[in-house]
Amino acid sequence: MNTTTAPLLQVDQLAVHFPMPRSGWLQRGPSPVLQAVSDVSFSITPGETLALVGESGCGKTTLGRALVGLYAATHGAIRFKGEDLTTMPAAQQQKTRRAIQMIFQDPYESLNPRLPVSDVITEPLLIHGIGNKTERADRARELIAQVGLPVDALNRYPHQFSGGQRQRIAIARALGPEPELIVADEPLSALDVSIQSQILNLMSELREERHLSYLFISHDLSAVHHLADRVAVMYLGRLVEVAPRAELFASPSHPYTKALLDAIPRIGQGRRARGRTIQGDLPSPLKPPSGCAFHPRCPKAQAICKVEAPVLLPAPGRVQQLAACHFKD
Amino acid sequence: MLRFITSRLLQSAIVLLVMSFIIYGLIGLMPGDPIDIMVNSNPGYTAQDVARLRAQYGLDQPLLTRYWNWLQAAAVLDFGYSRTYSQPVLVVLVPALIQTGKLVGLSFVVFTVLALTLGVIAALVKGSVLDRVINLLAFAGISVPVFFLALMLIYLFAVRLGWLPASGMFTIGGDGSLADMAKYMVLPVLTLTAAFVGRFTRFTRASMVEVLRMDYIRTARAKGAGKLRVVFKHALRNALIPVVTVLALSFGALLGGALITETMFAQRGMGKLIFDAIMGNDFNLALMGLLFATTATLVSNLVADIAYAWLDPRISLS
Repeated sequence: MNTTTAPLLQVDQLAVHFPMPRSGWLQRGPSPVLQAVSDVSFSITPGETLALVGESGCGKTTLGRALVGLYAATHGAIRFKGEDLTTMPAAQQQKTRRAIQMIFQDPYESLNPRLPVSDVITEPLLIHGIGNKTERADRARELIAQVGLPVDALNRYPHQFSGGQRQRIAIARALGPEPELIVADEPLSALDVSIQSQILNLMSELREERHLSYLFISHDLSAVHHLADRVAVMYLGRLVEVAPRAELFASPSHPYTKALLDAIPRIGQGRRARGRTIQGDLPSPLKPPSGCAFHPRCPKAQAICKVEAPVLLPAPGRVQQLAACHFKD
Repeated sequence: MLRFITSRLLQSAIVLLVMSFIIYGLIGLMPGDPIDIMVNSNPGYTAQDVARLRAQYGLDQPLLTRYWNWLQAAAVLDFGYSRTYSQPVLVVLVPALIQTGKLVGLSFVVFTVLALTLGVIAALVKGSVLDRVINLLAFAGISVPVFFLALMLIYLFAVRLGWLPASGMFTIGGDGSLADMAKYMVLPVLTLTAAFVGRFTRFTRASMVEVLRMDYIRTARAKGAGKLRVVFKHALRNALIPVVTVLALSFGALLGGALITETMFAQRGMGKLIFDAIMGNDFNLALMGLLFATTATLVSNLVADIAYAWLDPRISLS
């Protein structure tokens, strides 16, 4: 990566915690807190795609939603072009957030069934005060063509489309306000495999045409390999490894990353050849383990791992590859 | 859409026809006929007189023949005379219909507006004290029987406070102005509203709570839509789909509630009319009264279907 470019998005020690209701009225002490995202720092440069991977429930989605303002940050900063979104006044935030749009996981549920596609696409423009009525309609026609749908799709309703087509509509909607960063939260996981590659290609074409940056949230490592420039691996609300794609796939540094890569099914290899899979379940984010959150499942865990939380530091001999592990490779 | 409405109207006509036969049959099977009542009130009739009267009114014919004769007359909009009122059936029926229509219509508007407002507010502040208060009131409304509530309202507003008349439709010998009649409508409308507002408040709240959890509401918020826009444009519009359907379908029950309310407040509406007609063996009047009630239910069902398709683009009627 070109380190001289100013980052488009810089996330600094971001935490998103949710206070939980007490489980019973007899319970004493402070209410439990769900630590969905803790101490997460990363940056995205213009035109770059950062993939965020991890198991279900590790906080990927929460992080993505916090970036577009759906969840409030408990702590830390989200700087977009140098300005902190978490501290700016609401009106300015609205303006800045126009440049960050989101694509959701489930195209069947994420589109309002009572809005025709034209309204789905023009509504963000209306909210952000872009253009007049005819200009917005023109823009909708342009956008729908760009995502590869016929213009008459605008007069129809979301239920009249297949999953892949709906995700195209969602992409057209996200592109409307000319965003510079798109947070795509598992945009492929609800789609058929054959459709997945189409959407992946569309996203990659749009990136070239519009010089878009993506935060691509996924647990599909082959899709990540296809689209991402860099990859961030998340475990229990924390980043455990951030590295350029090639390095991460070729020489993972964190034991968790290794385990994830070993879990990719490959044709021609039996179960045995895959090596060690991770044992046990994801611990509860209500009570994260002490020290390194991964230590109860880690094959390399030593005494220090239970006590001291490791920080993201370059792996030996690889400046670009950061890993949070006391025993990184 | 037009084809759907036409075919539904046709279906409704058939249902009405079948219903007219069933109602006619049931009334015909009731013990006694109009002549019995005439004879009871005048002991001077001989058996011959009775037979002559039966023949004159066609009551000696078999039930099927009588129904066929009625149907032929009804086809040219001749619904016969009311025996007890000695007037054409429609002349008796229409004023009662208007009275009931006023009560049902006013109550419908009032409780719909109230239920939607309270339901949406409760959903937006789900779990708060206000939500609980609204829920409690709704439950109270559902639980209290109409006749008891009517009596309590009469006791409070007419007897204790003396603000409103206890019963009737207008002041006897009064000016007959709209304000005067309105005064007499307040308590009946209040009673009927209280009986229905609870269940629809709870229904609106449930529907709204469910919709607010939907992914597309999150999408709207991610677009940057303000709170009002999210609530009214995205959430309420979707939440209304089941509510409108249930509201339209409630019309039959509303009519039933109106009949009790009218009786409690001594208003001459459909309920009292149908009851008197059946007790007085007034065949023609009872038949038409019941057929009007059937028609109201059929129409409200049709309206429910059309409203459903109109509100929800996923439903297609054609």
